[in-house]
Amino acid sequence: MIVAEQKPLEEIKSLISDAEKVLVVGCGTCVTVCFAGGEKEAGILASSLRMSTKLDGAAKEVTQITVQRQCEWEYIDPISDQIEEVDIVVSLGCGIGVQAIAERYPKAIVVPGLNTTFLGLPTEQGIWEERCAACGECILGLTGGICPIARCAKQLLNGPCGGSQGGVCEINPETPCAWQLIYDKLESQGRLNLILDVQPPKNWSTSRDGGPRKITREDLRLAAEASE
Amino acid sequence: MAQGTEPHMQIVAFCCRYCAYAAADLAGVLRLTYPPEIRIVQIPCTGRLDTLEVLHTLEHGADAVMVAGCLEGDCHFQRGNIEARTRVKRIKKLITEIGIEPERVEMFNMSSAMGRQFAEAAQEFTQRITALGPSPLNAERREKTEIIEM
Repeated sequence: MIVAEQKPLEEIKSLISDAEKVLVVGCGTCVTVCFAGGEKEAGILASSLRMSTKLDGAAKEVTQITVQRQCEWEYIDPISDQIEEVDIVVSLGCGIGVQAIAERYPKAIVVPGLNTTFLGLPTEQGIWEERCAACGECILGLTGGICPIARCAKQLLNGPCGGSQGGVCEINPETPCAWQLIYDKLESQGRLNLILDVQPPKNWSTSRDGGPRKITREDLRLAAEASE
Repeated sequence: MAQGTEPHMQIVAFCCRYCAYAAADLAGVLRLTYPPEIRIVQIPCTGRLDTLEVLHTLEHGADAVMVAGCLEGDCHFQRGNIEARTRVKRIKKLITEIGIEPERVEMFNMSSAMGRQFAEAAQEFTQRITALGPSPLNAERREKTEIIEM
């Protein structure tokens, strides 16, 4: 899932400083389960902003609404009335959600309330770790299900750099060496032969390095839009 | 110490049904007095109390919030009071960022037999909050109140 963190209150206040009427829009998907921008967090932020701006001597009118997902038009179309009534929208969606609202409502001023950080999972309650770099060419089948692009600091494809000590990355002592993990996993499964094949230099054009990406599925397009 | 016939502060005490509320009830049965500023709200467990509910309480006029639950280890729902303590810690940090003194939200633990301790805790907390004065959000009341330095 997409993992994000809420921006500090002071930063959000500076983003809305010129507005009098504010709408906080929460998102019910990824940012709900990482406790950054769901319905509860939207309510907490709205209440915090009302109280804080009142104490600053310039009380703002802050309302909130949460949609199922901000990244699909059908879910953000129904909140058009609420968006029209305010001066600024604080989106608690990930970067995608912020942009979706901005794109769907060109006249609206939309600011982010979160810092979108990475694609990852909760390894235990309260701790999220990065797992995927969205490189566009998944090789998890060769590495025992452990990603050397997302989890190796140097994104190496053919084994460890030699700098790790005690299974821990030389760049960050809190990070396990991805290749140590890959080796241990494949060894436990008797599949070490998978890493004997030398991988060629990665084709990064499928990753962000190749520019903004787009996928078109003609079989899924609606006839009317496909003919445009 | 300001002693008026009318309470000028409003302190909401969220008391868990199994211990703190029973302790408050016992204080009443024993005819122990505690400040009328304390307004009790019964909740099934302090673990049920949400951050947003405490914020709304402060936003809508309360000068302080007491969160009173069972003694640690004796929560009727196992860990509710421990979750509440963590939540109160987070709320203190949040309200500091907002501009409200963190002392205005406090966690208390007691058993249902501790009627006297409830009254004492209520008295002590009210004194502490009275010294701080009304919440910064309650500007009009703050202007009319003499802030007492302890």
